[in-house]
Amino acid sequence: MQRDLARQFLYDIELARRFEQAAAEQYAQGNIAGFLHLYPGEEAVAVGTLRAADVGDYVVSTYREHVHALVRGIPAGAVMAELFGRSGGCSGGYGGSMHLFDRERRFLGGYAIVGETFPVATGVAYWLRMNEASDVALCYFGDGAVNQGTFHESLNMAALWKLPVLFICENNHYQIGTEIHRHSALAEVYQRACAYGIDSRRVDGMDVLAVYEETREALHYVRDGHGPCLLECETYRYRGHSMADAGAYRSALEVAELRARDPLLTFTQRALEAGWVTQEEADEMGARAGREVEAAVAFAEQSPPPTQLDKDVYVRPLDLYRGDA
Amino acid sequence: MANIMYWEAIRRAHDEEMERDPLVICMGEDIGVAGGTYKATKGLYEKYGAERVIDTPISENGYTGLGIGASFLGVRPIIEIMSVNFAWLAMDQLFNSAAKVRYMSGGQLAAPVVVRSPGGTAHQLGAQHSARMEKVFMGIAGLRVVTPSNPRQAYGLLKSAVRCNDPVFINEHELMYNMKGEVPDEEYFHPLEGSEVVREGRDVTLFGYNISVHWCLQAAETLSKQYGIEAEVVDLYALAPLDRAGIAASVRKTHRAVIAEEDEAPVGVGAEVMAIINEECFFDLDAQPVRVTAVNVPMPYNHTLEKAAIPSAGDVVAAVRKMFGK
Ligand SMILES: Cc1ncc(C[n+]2csc(CCOP(=O)(O)OP(=O)(O)O)c2C)c(N)n1
Ligand SMILES: [Mg+2]
Repeated sequence: MQRDLARQFLYDIELARRFEQAAAEQYAQGNIAGFLHLYPGEEAVAVGTLRAADVGDYVVSTYREHVHALVRGIPAGAVMAELFGRSGGCSGGYGGSMHLFDRERRFLGGYAIVGETFPVATGVAYWLRMNEASDVALCYFGDGAVNQGTFHESLNMAALWKLPVLFICENNHYQIGTEIHRHSALAEVYQRACAYGIDSRRVDGMDVLAVYEETREALHYVRDGHGPCLLECETYRYRGHSMADAGAYRSALEVAELRARDPLLTFTQRALEAGWVTQEEADEMGARAGREVEAAVAFAEQSPPPTQLDKDVYVRPLDLYRGDA
Repeated sequence: MANIMYWEAIRRAHDEEMERDPLVICMGEDIGVAGGTYKATKGLYEKYGAERVIDTPISENGYTGLGIGASFLGVRPIIEIMSVNFAWLAMDQLFNSAAKVRYMSGGQLAAPVVVRSPGGTAHQLGAQHSARMEKVFMGIAGLRVVTPSNPRQAYGLLKSAVRCNDPVFINEHELMYNMKGEVPDEEYFHPLEGSEVVREGRDVTLFGYNISVHWCLQAAETLSKQYGIEAEVVDLYALAPLDRAGIAASVRKTHRAVIAEEDEAPVGVGAEVMAIINEECFFDLDAQPVRVTAVNVPMPYNHTLEKAAIPSAGDVVAAVRKMFGK
């Protein structure tokens, strides 16, 4: 384990945790509206997978995607400004929390329709293959999404045409209030992949190192032209499904048990024990992440709102089609 | 008469129909143990059990189709699709199976299934969670579409829909579940066809449905108080089939028509009402009918732009004033 990489993980997780905390506060103050789905508890998944990926790889994610965007390198200010609905946001204020985009950084979206990421990412992989590129499409989805037809349709096509896509399941065991054993006949998501002859593996999604190592292996396999792979990361979200959900369907004990395996807590511990960071350095990292988040909120606050309603509906402004241009 | 909320009215209709007929079941995402996103099925899981109150996987086309298949042989499913934005995924089963099976089986089978789903723009839910889809449903032969504007209709339309032997799509609204209104204490069945004159007037007819009925009522007050214009308000709670006779009767009386809809203009309720006016009573008109609609854009997230995209009571007033040159 490289020291630099470990410190990067630690900083990523600190930033993610603080960013989401700030988002919750800004939501409570009325600066963010709509559905806001937060990520605390699941950080090791986005950090481990995206740090294992190359910058050339493409990312297709869900509505719970702030942290994926941050780790991908989208500035925290641009993400926060999008949550505020401001023009400095990575989607210009038109998308919102569930629709983060940054084409330059190969972040092809946050999608709010469950099951939508499968065919989109598979299509991106098709493009990659046509271009004989060595990049991979990373497709994120939750445990609840695998019961959409698109999951099966996309896995079949990806396997049939040997497309370079890595399917990454963020299994937090809940589809809003419905626990996985009540929504899925088979709770082991990775086992579903064998129906299409797809190589699949399962990893502890609270352990950032394990996620990183498994992702690296999976990406090698996909990049070598073997076709798709599926990685199931077992994780947990501490908060409700969104800010609109208090999460009353889970016991305090259950949440407490999972919190004991907290990725921030456990990885900090590990980094200290291994001598990758000192306690002072770890504290300083946390403080630095805190400052980055504060700056992001300040940036969002001063960013002006977008003004043109009919921008980007079609290839040119609507006015040209109204005949008065 | 009890003064209850829209969601309570829907809950009551479920409860009464399930108690009466053991073949009435309900299904949808998070409707059982969690009690439903909008509480419309609250307590039913505890009362009727997991076999009749089904928490489904996220498989909209699958469970809608399952409900339709079960309905062929006698089950009476009430399916909640959490939002119309997700009903897009169930279109295949709704349109290809439910709407057509009576016809294509030569009358041997029917799909007496109810699908309830809220549409509309709520508070900054963004492009993929703000669809208004009634225009899509109402254009499909074989499918009935109704859309309650108050708790009484929400209760009575669901009661009738459960008893109806056709598939019925009930278009609800995200922002209306907490609206209060009078609902009869005794059982009440609201007709699945027709329209209601909710305010009498002689100068102009304002046609609305679901949330836009309320904009029309508000606009009518302003028009009366500030401009001396007496508007009639017609509630088109049935969108398929639309009430041709009711639409024509009101326009023959007022000679002017404004249609208010939250949806974008193309291929919408307004377009259809205008066509009916054209076909039924064109020569009774004193002015060309006008539509008040959303701007034809996907819904922006930004608050100010979102408000600019959808119409309001003020826009209805403005349209009428323009019509009268006031
Ligand atoms: C097609 C569709 N159906 C329903 C929803 C409403 N919905 C949003 S998230 C969600 C649960 C998704 O669970 P999961 O896939 O496990 O992802 P998680 O939120 O747990 O990360 C549901 C039902 C939706 N957005 N899209
Ligand atoms: Mg989940």
